[in-house]
Amino acid sequence: MPGRRAFLAGTAGLACALVLRPAAATPESMLAAIRALTGGVAPRTGRVRIEVPPLSENGNVVPLTVAVDSPMTPAEHVRAIHVFSEKNPDPRVLSVHLGPRSGRALLSTRIRLADTQTVIAVAELSDGSFWEQSASVVVTLAACLEELPS
Amino acid sequence: MSGRVLVTVPRTARRGEIIEIRTLAQHVMETGYRRNEVGRPIPRDIVRLFVCTYNGVEVFRAELHSAIAANPYLVFTTVATESGTLAFRWSGDNGYTATESVAISVT
Repeated sequence: MPGRRAFLAGTAGLACALVLRPAAATPESMLAAIRALTGGVAPRTGRVRIEVPPLSENGNVVPLTVAVDSPMTPAEHVRAIHVFSEKNPDPRVLSVHLGPRSGRALLSTRIRLADTQTVIAVAELSDGSFWEQSASVVVTLAACLEELPS
Repeated sequence: MSGRVLVTVPRTARRGEIIEIRTLAQHVMETGYRRNEVGRPIPRDIVRLFVCTYNGVEVFRAELHSAIAANPYLVFTTVATESGTLAFRWSGDNGYTATESVAISVT
């Protein structure tokens, strides 16, 4: 029933826009959140691998994997991985704290994306340096649509 | 308030082996950005912190925000150092806590 679906998608989209617009983060607020973390230093690009589907049908559940190229020894390891989103109401997604006992700098989770946008993973290394990688995700059903009262 | 959780850890491992740990907590993760039928904001109710300890020593910690999907799922790794207990603790808004522990035998 394309008519009913189109109608539902249309009304839900309108409601979603009304709900999210006042609070939506901007690329600037995401950069500000990253700068707050790094103490003003821009992270270098590289060493981080971010795996996220390029096209996501449901923004409520988007699988995300972040891996960082590091030997994870006491002398040289990843201290933390931080994930940011560009257009969610809050740019922060999650922060995880690792160490040499992690063995690998690897994290998988499932995130919400309010819109088609860029996701950035920032790795904080034991030498104090920051590295980042970004990925773009096209979201066809934004994160706030599914749970609207029908 | 507490909820159901699910943890997958290998029961046995060789010393020095890197093991994968998968965790899932049953939780709505209400973002705090949605509104109800009459336009009132629905208050935030999320899991904010997850900590994994290995024989009492913290090996992994995650701070979660509203952008984590409902029923937060986390996969991470740790080095199997010795036999003992892996303990997991989730905590969040409205006094939410959940705990789980798993024994591991390291040879």
